[in-house]
Amino acid sequence: MLTRETVLHIAELAKLELAEHETSLYAEQLSEILAYAERLNALDTDHIAPTAQAIYRRNVMRPDEPRPSLSPDEALANAPQRQDDLFRVHQILD
Amino acid sequence: MEYEAIIGMEVHAQVLTRSKMFCGCSADYASAPANTHTCPVCLALPGVLPVINRAAVEATVLTGLALSCTIPPFTKFDRKNYTYPDLPKGYQISQYDYPLCVGGHLDVQVAGESRRIGIRRVHLEEDTAKLTHTPDGSLIDFNRAGVPLMEIVTEADIRSADEAHAYLTELRTILRYLGVSSGDMERGAMRCEANVSLRPRGARAFGTKVEIKNLNSFRSVRNAIVYEIDRQSGLLASGGAVEQVTMGWDEERQCTVFQRSKEYAEDYRYFPEPDLPPIEMTPVEVQTIRERLPELPHDKAQRYEREFGIKSADVALLVAEHPTALFYEQAVAARPALAQAIANWMLGEVFRYLSEGERTTAELPISPAMLAELVALVDDGTINNTVGKQVLNEMMTSGEAAASIVERRGLAQISDTVALEQIITSVVAQHPGPVAQYREGESKVLGFLIGQAMRATQGKANVQIVRDLLLQALDDSQR
Repeated sequence: MLTRETVLHIAELAKLELAEHETSLYAEQLSEILAYAERLNALDTDHIAPTAQAIYRRNVMRPDEPRPSLSPDEALANAPQRQDDLFRVHQILD
Repeated sequence: MEYEAIIGMEVHAQVLTRSKMFCGCSADYASAPANTHTCPVCLALPGVLPVINRAAVEATVLTGLALSCTIPPFTKFDRKNYTYPDLPKGYQISQYDYPLCVGGHLDVQVAGESRRIGIRRVHLEEDTAKLTHTPDGSLIDFNRAGVPLMEIVTEADIRSADEAHAYLTELRTILRYLGVSSGDMERGAMRCEANVSLRPRGARAFGTKVEIKNLNSFRSVRNAIVYEIDRQSGLLASGGAVEQVTMGWDEERQCTVFQRSKEYAEDYRYFPEPDLPPIEMTPVEVQTIRERLPELPHDKAQRYEREFGIKSADVALLVAEHPTALFYEQAVAARPALAQAIANWMLGEVFRYLSEGERTTAELPISPAMLAELVALVDDGTINNTVGKQVLNEMMTSGEAAASIVERRGLAQISDTVALEQIITSVVAQHPGPVAQYREGESKVLGFLIGQAMRATQGKANVQIVRDLLLQALDDSQR
């Protein structure tokens, strides 16, 4: 079972605020997810190279050619707040 | 107790590509209006896929090769997760455990000695958006987000602020030679962080290291390291301990200031980027990139000394900028026997002209061969040194050839003894005072008399002949 501290640490990294009952609920749910993934450890993978991808593809690259960008209005269409042609968010102090 | 500083450096350099790292937006954002270089990929809209810019990969490999790195056959990208609005995806695509280049080195000259700085790795990632903090909130311009950025990490081989400065200078020269980055620190195209720790001289174990950020100029790198070494020695000498923290350099107050402690160290949760297939680099591909390596500054410097016999103090200045070195070489190719004389003219008059107008070598209105011809005219005595400078000045304005200016303005040196003898006779006659002083042993008035004779010829006389004739005339009249 994940500890309360671990759940709060993960929540902090994800910038989530958890209520007390959510902390215990997520500890339970996240533990179940981890246990499910643990089942993969039963497989013998000693002779299989690690990969992050399900299909074998290599060297997918594009030539260095600029293409048209969006207009500032298109780019800012979903901005939470806008100031001139800049996105505005809550003040960040590192 | 005497302490030894252990320094490692991380340099981020923007890669000079036309388009961004993972999308087709123009990477030339410097003077672009805000948010005009964005697209669904660099704004992280849902459902988009990044695609690797081949030119950025090749530029990074080229850099690695110039730093004597190994290029592993397998490399991949990873996600570095953190939540900050300068990256809309919530992660930066970077490289974690399989960087493009590993295990190289760079030799730098410090106080006449060669020092080898190990290069741990060179990897490729994407730059972040530009944030401006205001009382009403933080403003974001995404033009810079996704511009290719290479990170060059040294081993902890640097021992002083001077070495750090020399390393950074040499690294920037190489990046500029390769054409992979402008290396412009003032404009943020090259950024630097230093890890500094101290240990008692002779000890093997490392002390606690402090990371210094916000080093925005060569000067601030040197000053910040000097300051930090001093601060840590003070702490240790007074029985205190150095804490593992991140400090920022405060340029205004000229000191390092606390930013955050290790307890708040980021937990980046790196994992492989599933949207980007890995890259496999064959030896043939690496060789193809290697063939693009130009002759590097260090090799050029050695060759100038060996082949041209140039003084080593001059060589460093000649090779510091690639276009300047190439200009010099082409001038020498036109007049191989005058290599040192051409170097003197480059370092004197040409450099002065460049720095006065903040010009680059590419903006010189004369060709390398034209400079060589001017130097040849001085060398063979057609014009004297002073007139040579005037002619070069005029060449820089009009682009006219030296020989043509000399001919048109009648600047050829007067070496005709008969003509000069007349001038000197009249100088001696017109200045009885100084002549008398000279005879009384005040030899320094000779310079005045030479100057008068030169003036009478509008500076065109052969100074050596004037001097000889004048001495002769003074001796004769003494008898």
